[in-house]
Amino acid sequence: MTSLIMIIVTTALVNNVVLSQFLGICSFLGVSAQKKASLSLGLAVTAVLTVASLVAALLYQFVLAPLGLDYLKTIVFILVIAALVQMVEMFLKKNAHAIYQSLGIYLPLITTNCAVLGVALTNVQNEYTILQSVIAGLGTALGYTLAIVLLAEIREHIDEEAIPAPFRGAPIVLLCATLMAMAFMGFSGLS
Amino acid sequence: MQTVIISTLVIGLVGLVLGLALVTASKKFYVEVDDRVTRVRECLRGSNCGACGYAGCDAVAEAIVKGEARVDACPGNSTENIAKIAAILGKEAIDQDPQCAYVQCAGTCEATRAKAEYVGIQDCRSAVLSGLPYMSCEYGCLGLGSCVKVCPQGAISIKDGIAVVNPRLCVGCGLCAKTCPKGIIGMHDRTTKVAVRCSNKNKGPMVKKACSAGCIGCGICAKQCEQGAITVENNLSRVDPEKCIGCGKCVEKCPTKSIRFL
Repeated sequence: MTSLIMIIVTTALVNNVVLSQFLGICSFLGVSAQKKASLSLGLAVTAVLTVASLVAALLYQFVLAPLGLDYLKTIVFILVIAALVQMVEMFLKKNAHAIYQSLGIYLPLITTNCAVLGVALTNVQNEYTILQSVIAGLGTALGYTLAIVLLAEIREHIDEEAIPAPFRGAPIVLLCATLMAMAFMGFSGLS
Repeated sequence: MQTVIISTLVIGLVGLVLGLALVTASKKFYVEVDDRVTRVRECLRGSNCGACGYAGCDAVAEAIVKGEARVDACPGNSTENIAKIAAILGKEAIDQDPQCAYVQCAGTCEATRAKAEYVGIQDCRSAVLSGLPYMSCEYGCLGLGSCVKVCPQGAISIKDGIAVVNPRLCVGCGLCAKTCPKGIIGMHDRTTKVAVRCSNKNKGPMVKKACSAGCIGCGICAKQCEQGAITVENNLSRVDPEKCIGCGKCVEKCPTKSIRFL
């Protein structure tokens, strides 16, 4: 039990997927303009990541590893993630149309969010069990949601400030992300 | 050989299972789509250029059907297609031809000169951000081609140091006009005959120092024009396309040849 809590803390804070592993930066910068959209993207990524870690771990444990097809894991995981994102998209379109619309183009883009593939691969690398993989996926997704919502909050404040012209737009956002990453370094004391 | 067969089988099976799952899911989660959206979507240009401000052609088609966007929300859509969309929705079409972009600068390499060499990122937007007016004319085209990069039709090219729009390829989406950091790309109706190819708002002598093809605001064109279509504002001539008949007297007399036929 403690090891599971440890995994959540490690993946969400200490090894935060965006701020210390530099995965999933595209949507981190792309959808963080508004807090509402960023929160719904965070939740969509949480759903995809958790289910993807489960399916990937199952496939690896029961199909790839026994057959000695370790080298196929990347392509199989990509396949799994792409299919899952499609399903989440259909599900949202049917049951939560408002969220589906506010996410727009970024929902299908979760397919190419390297955070999802990254977690599935690190789970294998760390030799996690299936339960541990799911927890790691959940923790990573929570860390991603935390980072993107925090950045969205900061960006909403930045919009009201007088930023010098050369820093407006992308540069100031990148600077904020840098400072956030440095702040998150403080969590490395936890491990 | 065995490894090849096993790995192919495994990937194939995983793909098959996922594919079947997707088919089932798409049946189960099928959402009725308003068929008007599909039909409106077919009348758009379909290049997903984003000039309308929506996420893509699908998004704008939905907005048009919902009434959030106008039937001519797709910039550069042909009059015929706009009429079709209006017919689908039972609305009246707005009669408007697509516009065409033109670069309000004639400062070629011959006409202007560089005060310094810019070696940063080769893009007008970053050149402007660097804050160094390195061309002799502070208003003119930098020729680094930000507009070329955003044009979804490939209608703009850099010739002789300035951007040139090919009107046959331009669909009038206006992305270049929005992108140009100098704000020197204007949009005009296809019927416009004559325009001033200069954006320099400085007084005559300063313009002359900066560029040999700039408008010096002398007002000769305004005096020549029998229709009263030309006015001089901010040391720049402006042609009123509604009054202009395209006689060409201004073009003939302009001392710096900055008024030209389009």
